[in-house]
Amino acid sequence: MNVLVCGVGGQGVLLFTGLLSQVALSAGRDVKKSEVHGMAQRGGSVSSHVRFGERVYSPLIEPGAAELIVAFERLEAVRYAHYLHPAGRMLYDPHRIDPLPVQIGLAERPTDAALEARLAARTPALAVEAFAKARELGNPRVQNVVMLGAASSFLEFPADHYREAIRELVKPKFVELNLRAFDAGRALVAPAAV
Amino acid sequence: MEKQLLSGDEAIARGAWEAGCHVAAAYPGTPSTEILENLATYEEVYCEWSTNEKVALEVALGASICGARALATMKHVGLNVAADPFFSAAYIGAYGGLVIVSADDPGMHSSQNEQDNRYYGMAAKVPVLSPSDSQEALDFTKQGFDLSEQFDIPVLLRITTRIAHSNTVVAVGPREAREVKGYDRQSTKTILLPAFARRRHVDLEGRIDRLREYTEQTPLNRIEQGSAKLGIVCDGVAYQYAREVFPDASFLKLGMVHPFPAERVRRFAAQVSELIVIEEVDPFLEMQIRALGLQVTGKDRLPRWDELTPGVVQRALAGAVAASGGVASEAGTATATMELPAEPPTPEADLPMRPPALCAGCPHMGIFFALQKRKVIIGGDIGCYTLGALAPHEGMDTCIDMGASITFAHGADKALGEQDPRKRVAFIGDSTFFHSGMTGLVNVAYNQSDVLTIIADNRTTGMTGHQEHPGTGKTLKGAPTDCVDPEAIARACGIEQVATVDPYQVKETRKVVSELLAHDGPAVLITKRACALVSRIRETPKRVDPEICIYCKTCLRLGCPALTSREGKAFIVDTVCVGCGMCADVCPRGAIS
Repeated sequence: MNVLVCGVGGQGVLLFTGLLSQVALSAGRDVKKSEVHGMAQRGGSVSSHVRFGERVYSPLIEPGAAELIVAFERLEAVRYAHYLHPAGRMLYDPHRIDPLPVQIGLAERPTDAALEARLAARTPALAVEAFAKARELGNPRVQNVVMLGAASSFLEFPADHYREAIRELVKPKFVELNLRAFDAGRALVAPAAV
Repeated sequence: MEKQLLSGDEAIARGAWEAGCHVAAAYPGTPSTEILENLATYEEVYCEWSTNEKVALEVALGASICGARALATMKHVGLNVAADPFFSAAYIGAYGGLVIVSADDPGMHSSQNEQDNRYYGMAAKVPVLSPSDSQEALDFTKQGFDLSEQFDIPVLLRITTRIAHSNTVVAVGPREAREVKGYDRQSTKTILLPAFARRRHVDLEGRIDRLREYTEQTPLNRIEQGSAKLGIVCDGVAYQYAREVFPDASFLKLGMVHPFPAERVRRFAAQVSELIVIEEVDPFLEMQIRALGLQVTGKDRLPRWDELTPGVVQRALAGAVAASGGVASEAGTATATMELPAEPPTPEADLPMRPPALCAGCPHMGIFFALQKRKVIIGGDIGCYTLGALAPHEGMDTCIDMGASITFAHGADKALGEQDPRKRVAFIGDSTFFHSGMTGLVNVAYNQSDVLTIIADNRTTGMTGHQEHPGTGKTLKGAPTDCVDPEAIARACGIEQVATVDPYQVKETRKVVSELLAHDGPAVLITKRACALVSRIRETPKRVDPEICIYCKTCLRLGCPALTSREGKAFIVDTVCVGCGMCADVCPRGAIS
């Protein structure tokens, strides 16, 4: 299974993939997770690759080979869309963060409708309003775990494994909030299942 | 045994701890930084941020000479800084095991070049280990210490970004109990006077010869038997890509890449009808295979720059292998774990780039603003502030290596003299100043140049993720310590024009910059304000009054990620703004409050 997660530096892409890899590990899978630290994190475009299965060699996913893409921002969803496998699925948050060159008028951002059309031409992507939900929960920083809740409905592991990983990896004082974020995310895409 | 998901960096830290390492030293550098950050969490190991990589390696060598197991870690370009003691360490040898980690950065995710440090092992006559995942990173670190003591030689563990920052499954073990053996004076070994060093060189050649025998036998290098049609020689993460693309081939996987196991390669080549070498960046192994007179496909097809990926390997080699009746067409059948599309889908064109940018509330924005629209030539340096090279700041003319801002500006001044009216400026961060800017500043004072050195003191090592340094008053282990003061250093150099400002006071900073630029001779400006991610500044977000804003875009020149335009006026995104107030300070109309 190849899962690519992308967003903007600071959105918590790495916690998402950290939790997902932990879940896959505790389910007995071979797991590899790859990302780049350092300069790219300062508000730049960020992606992290998670692969799990019987045996995994390459830590990197090739364009056209991601079975699931989770994007935390609409422009980033379009930027990484070519990684999607023809039979893969994409979840994206329509939340908008303009790149600095756009903010200061040095570059133009395509309209949301244009981005939407570009995505639709490639895949029936599923919009998940995770940032809005996180704000509703009282802390926009849990957008990533709302997204994880949504993504979990499309992965093979039981929900309790994610809750366990959250208890294990998240700072104690944020565990409750993140558990609520996870459940809220799950409810966003599969209300019947929760 | 317990299984954990560890990055290569975490695995090396764990391996060093398990091996009974006593002393570890490093200067932060992506992708190596997390090794010492993790090792420092084990209380049995003394760990420090040294002022630079040369210092770190010498500290580790000192500990090794006294019979301690010692580790020095750095990014690839750090080994350039540490090259001097690296070569000497090979002559001296290792009493306590000495392992040096070089984390190379193919693809230059966070670096100024993509040099291949396997060559350093060859040049200094030091064995080089090259792990392919986190388990090997842990295992090779432990074996590195053993080999170092067994052969009386330092060991270079060479990793790359994809090893350092990929998490893979690792079985961890307990720590070996190990005493520091103590200092025994061995003057002919540790004093590299020419008379002694000549003997040490002969001795070193003997040690590397014995390692040449060892590399032919060691399980660090192994054959994975597959089809006799195709044999692949590889090391590091390239092994994983090769396995993905050619699941049915035979592999000679090299864990020890120097000394090179020539006989094993020869025997392997004789067993297969076609030989390929898959390695990142330079043809380090290929060169040595060709020297044996063997036919091999390698960099004639594969790129000599950037990272490899499974797709790059597949596309570069598919034709070559298929033509010889190889097994490329069978890819995806046996143990390949990913379906690789023959033609990769193309990315969407014409999307606005999202380059990394300075953070909201970053004090560097204030000093960059103060430097805008001036007749200056600015030597830049290495840190978060290198992002100021981009629009809207365009606040530097060079980025060369750690510390080169000051020395570049000095050289420019000596070359240009009166011929060019633009004032020479150096822009350097606090940690970089302690790393290797200080010697350049002494040189400016000694050889008197007309250079304004700006030390952007944000009280941390920012870009690598907020490590302590000599100016922060805290050690890597979190203990309080003396605080080295850049202003006092500048004055001790004899420089009289020295000022310290708060870069959040942008107008005041601009005024002081003007004063110092008008002065002839060496000058130093320290802009002192903690990194916004360290101070965690969270004031009430600022707001633009659209009635007063004339949309002159002055505030946008700060390059703040919270500042943008809406409906023909400046606009502040309240979820991003931290309320630092720099925009309010620069607004000519007082429209921001």
